[in-house]
Amino acid sequence: MTSTSAAFAQARAEGRAALIGYLPAGYPSVAGSAKAMQVMVEAGCDAIEIGLPYSDPVMDGPTIQAAAQAALDGGIRTADVLRVVEQVAATGVPTLVMTYWNPIERYGVERWASDLANAGGAGLITPDITPDHGSEWIAAADARDLDKVFLVAPSSTDERVAMTAAESRGFVYAAAVMGVTGARDASSDLAGPLVARVRASGDIPVAVGIGVSNGDQAAEVAAYADGVIVGSAFVRCLLDHAGDEAAGLDALRALTTDLAEGVRRAQE
Amino acid sequence: MTQTQQTQQKPGKYDADDRGYFGGTWGGRFMPEALVAALDELTVAWQEAMADETFVGEFERILRDYAGTPSRLYHAERLSAAVGARVLLKREDLNHTGAHKIRNVMGQALLTKRMGKSRVIAETGAGQHGVASATAAAYFDLDCTVYMGAVDTRRQALNVARMQLLGAKVVPVESGSATLKDAINEALRDWVASVDHTAYLFGTAAGPHPFPSMVRDFCRGIGDEARAQCLEQYGVLPDAVAACVGGGSNAIGIFTAFLEDEGVEIHGFEPGGDGVETGRHAATIHAGEAGVLHGARTYVLQDEDGQTVESHSISAGLDYPGVGPQHSLLAATGRATYTPVTDAEAMAAMALLSRTEGIIPAIESAHAVHGAIEVAKRLGREKGPDATIIVNLSGRGDKDMGTAIEWFGLGDAEEGPEADLEVVEGVTQQ
Repeated sequence: MTSTSAAFAQARAEGRAALIGYLPAGYPSVAGSAKAMQVMVEAGCDAIEIGLPYSDPVMDGPTIQAAAQAALDGGIRTADVLRVVEQVAATGVPTLVMTYWNPIERYGVERWASDLANAGGAGLITPDITPDHGSEWIAAADARDLDKVFLVAPSSTDERVAMTAAESRGFVYAAAVMGVTGARDASSDLAGPLVARVRASGDIPVAVGIGVSNGDQAAEVAAYADGVIVGSAFVRCLLDHAGDEAAGLDALRALTTDLAEGVRRAQE
Repeated sequence: MTQTQQTQQKPGKYDADDRGYFGGTWGGRFMPEALVAALDELTVAWQEAMADETFVGEFERILRDYAGTPSRLYHAERLSAAVGARVLLKREDLNHTGAHKIRNVMGQALLTKRMGKSRVIAETGAGQHGVASATAAAYFDLDCTVYMGAVDTRRQALNVARMQLLGAKVVPVESGSATLKDAINEALRDWVASVDHTAYLFGTAAGPHPFPSMVRDFCRGIGDEARAQCLEQYGVLPDAVAACVGGGSNAIGIFTAFLEDEGVEIHGFEPGGDGVETGRHAATIHAGEAGVLHGARTYVLQDEDGQTVESHSISAGLDYPGVGPQHSLLAATGRATYTPVTDAEAMAAMALLSRTEGIIPAIESAHAVHGAIEVAKRLGREKGPDATIIVNLSGRGDKDMGTAIEWFGLGDAEEGPEADLEVVEGVTQQ
């Protein structure tokens, strides 16, 4: 297991922000998703978020939901997600799972934490549990030193930002906009102040997600955040080349390269 | 008995704690952080409003003068004679917009105005809640968007037109199973992006805290009225109360007044669809397992991996794979009994009540009517003809005539209805 904080430390040592890439497990297939994530690592992602496809993803926009639904229609199971974790973690980059809560509760929180750790996973990003309603996960993660990545939003009070930063391990996920996942043309003016508020409450790294889709946007975010999270734009590469795996991987490689340059360009 | 007296009672053993957990387990708030501030704001606003006599007085006035409450408690005499016990119908179908839903939305919309927000969103299955929300929005001059599963917009086209006439924008939801649960997902997504000026008029006593408790409080007048009416009209409490349970707002609305009356049986009737054994049903408590859906830990229809299983009911209003968390507590503690009723049983009860009492119930309510008949027969055997059951007739069946025409083969003058209506011997003749 590689802790996510190690990736942030490495990026910081290089004077840049970390690039974190998201794809759902199981799209276009279990093996195909693992391969796609390995390409993202090769092309410059510092950490990988593996989405656990879920039937009711209230924080996700249509792009991610479409891929997740296709994965579910393809029969992906929670155990398959752990196999993808194992293959991606083998690359050496910290590998987190982003998951809604019910599949974990159903799998068994203790059993999940053990199996995730054994697969080499670094921890969880949990979009629908906050620290004040996540005591069971916090205990299971603490027992195994797994990362606990909770979200803050522009609407979070200072008190909640401080509480979330204190309970998180690895990094804090700052949702840049009030909205669901998805690429956006314009960058958010809400993200910078939010990052500053997290910084003011501790020294945990802060990564910004929701809306980044190209190198220029990544550079913009990297100027003030420790990490840049990209999801829908990666998923779009695969959706736009459905049925042509090689073309999808080429698109993924090109986008990753662009984003990786972006997080470096910010410091120049 | 006034709403004011009821809403200021101390929390009981079946109420939620400060964090929204019923019995320490059910409910809670499993929601994106982006919505926590809004839910906190709503919690404070609701609690302050319910402690404010001016707000409660205005709510009561609107329900009385506009919605038409208290609704009647009606003795269904022909049905009673046939089953051997006294069957009382709580006539929520007589409320403005034709269902209990008007109580909830007028409360939430009044709260929206108090909070200074200008827009409401809602989800709807059968359309009852959507129509009620559109009505409340018109009454309070609020912008209104209603999310509705695309499947439901087709089977409830009349209600879509009603919402549009009332000035609401209806958004068909194509994702997932394109039914109520997906409409809730889409409404939540809208809310994340619009929460600064938009209130979510949640349609049932489910979802994250404070919705289960707040919706219950706005609906609890059903039971408060029924309890007082039963005592006044018959001098006794009922032996049982019954209601249909999808998300469970009408049920918790009538149950709440009787929870501390240990001698009163409480019965919820869930949509059994084609039969629980077929897998095509929405009997969440009977056949579901504990899990988290739409922000609350409750019973959920789910597979081995925790993926929500598509539910089925002939009633779009009950077609939901979750249930309000207070019902989960009542089931887990044994205070209430939840039993599935199939589509066929509900449709037979719909026809039976139509022909014996001249009342066409919503298909949702017909589930409760069927279940109550079975309970009433037993109570009659055990306690005699004065045994009393109150059935919450949560809505009227006008909206369901399309389904009824298809199910019964109505509209053919020569052939006539095909359904076998011999449900209660001696009451109905083909």
